[in-house]
Amino acid sequence: MESNKNFVVGIFDDEDILLHAVEHTREKGLKIHEVYSPFPVHGLDDALGYKRSRLPIAAFMFGLTGTSLALLMQIWMLGYDWPMIIGGKNHASLPPFIPVTFEMTVLLAAFGMVGTFFIASDMKPYKWPRQFDLRSTDDKHVMAVDLAANKMSKEEISALLKAQGASEVNEKNF
Amino acid sequence: MIADEKYIFKPATKQKLYILIALGLFLFVIGVFLAQRSGHHEGAEKHASIEIAKTLVASSEPAKHGEAHAAEAHHGSAIWLKRIYTSLWQNNIFFGGIGIIGLFFIAIQYAAQAGWSAPIKRIPLAIGHWIPVAGILMVVLWFVVKGDIFHWTDASLYVKGGEHYDKILDGKRAYFFGPFNTSSFPIFYVLRMVLFFGLWYYFLIWIKKEMLAEDINGGEKHWLTARKISAYFLLIFAVSSSVAAWDWVMSIDPHWFSTMFGWYVFASWWVTGLATITLIVAHLKGAGYMKMVTQNHIHDLGKFVFAFSIFWTYIWFCQFMLIYYANLPEETVYFIQRMRTAPYSWIFYANVFLNFVLPFLLLMTRDAKRQVSMLKVVCPIVIIGHWFDFYNMITPGAMKGNGGIGLLEIGLGLVFAGAFLLVVLNALSKLQLVAKNHPFMQESLNHHI
Repeated sequence: MESNKNFVVGIFDDEDILLHAVEHTREKGLKIHEVYSPFPVHGLDDALGYKRSRLPIAAFMFGLTGTSLALLMQIWMLGYDWPMIIGGKNHASLPPFIPVTFEMTVLLAAFGMVGTFFIASDMKPYKWPRQFDLRSTDDKHVMAVDLAANKMSKEEISALLKAQGASEVNEKNF
Repeated sequence: MIADEKYIFKPATKQKLYILIALGLFLFVIGVFLAQRSGHHEGAEKHASIEIAKTLVASSEPAKHGEAHAAEAHHGSAIWLKRIYTSLWQNNIFFGGIGIIGLFFIAIQYAAQAGWSAPIKRIPLAIGHWIPVAGILMVVLWFVVKGDIFHWTDASLYVKGGEHYDKILDGKRAYFFGPFNTSSFPIFYVLRMVLFFGLWYYFLIWIKKEMLAEDINGGEKHWLTARKISAYFLLIFAVSSSVAAWDWVMSIDPHWFSTMFGWYVFASWWVTGLATITLIVAHLKGAGYMKMVTQNHIHDLGKFVFAFSIFWTYIWFCQFMLIYYANLPEETVYFIQRMRTAPYSWIFYANVFLNFVLPFLLLMTRDAKRQVSMLKVVCPIVIIGHWFDFYNMITPGAMKGNGGIGLLEIGLGLVFAGAFLLVVLNALSKLQLVAKNHPFMQESLNHHI
């Protein structure tokens, strides 16, 4: 699949340095593959220029699906397939259907969102995420730069990251 | 850190509010005139609704006596005068609720140790200044309107063996009239009213003192004291808001009860108050005040309005569905009156549309909550929607089939809105618009979501 890719990996000790490094290197035209950090760094999304996620739109669609499915199911079951009189109400009366409809909406919106998120971020069974540096789960911030996506050479990128305060710069092949 | 900033209550703004009040009075007078003239034509409608109430009540043995009596309640003032009383009561509950929510909002912010709201806290504080006005109006009004709105004040209901004796109300007598076997003066009821408004006003003054002292002295001491006051207030408000809802709104339908009612009234007040705060902040920002309030703060306010519109709907539906499903005549009569009888039916459905469907759809996206222009559309919808909500809580019980919504009600609503804004903006112009030494100010200035 995405094998034989070469990455330059910059390690940062401090999130402020990282944040400024991201801003400055992007100004210089560096395309950053991804940044990994042990905790959420405020403002990093903006600095990396990430667009807002469209996940809410998917959630709304899934929610709408849940609403209509739940209503259709109940109206069909209690109104047509097996009409029953409960508490003297009409066969298909709306108010008692609302709780189930609400739950179905929430359920499908939640499941749909999780599923969409997994697909969109390419997470699937037996797929192991690439570890650029295991210390990103402990105390280091890791910036990965894809060589294939950048015009600059390996040395230039290393020098740039060092100049921006990276405590070390490594290479990583997958 | 924060420059001195004061809201200037311009004479032009004042004039606009006076015009609003004058317009309201004008419409009110025309409305009264129209109501006096049309008094006779409403007779047929009224009888129809009484018939509905009677058939309903006939099937419920325990409530039979009282409800039938309530439906026949012919005594009292003329219909147009009753309409004025009911409308006054409704407006005072509605705007008084917004006032008390001002204080409640501040208390919540302190108790939750919220940082984002530091620059906007003076607006709910100013809104809180309506509490004493609403309190005085409420007590005075009560003595004027009690016979016409509150059926349970009729002393003949408690005469054992009497023609009007009402067993159910006699069972609730102690709650209104106190432990002694009297039914002349509802000492408990009036005491509660005075006590609640007294407590709320006392807490407003107390917390305001700390907030203003912080401007001068700085430090964390005042903030910590204010948090302590807030915790006490929230404890008191949890009980008093519920009991107030039973007393002032639910006791209009004295045979009917709902265990959701305290929450229901609170939810309605709370979302209206949030919409009012948001609207005032939005307008102040539009007028060039409060530069430090950014889209991020607006977003938070928008989320509040959005979330609690849904919360209100949740409470509304909980109350409606349980009664609908259980189908007990003494409970369903409340909704039959509102859903089936002429002047209230469209309001009942409009209520859900204005207070749930519109805010839910209009404020759903992130961008909508961050747009001042969108909030300026949604907040008035929510405020007007909840005005109708309170209309439908109060009027059908007090007026039965004779209620109406016309120039009289709209006019009084405008008068109250104008007076409310006069008091609130006047109070705001006397405060520092933004807290000067709030310990969380820096956090709020960097607020980013």
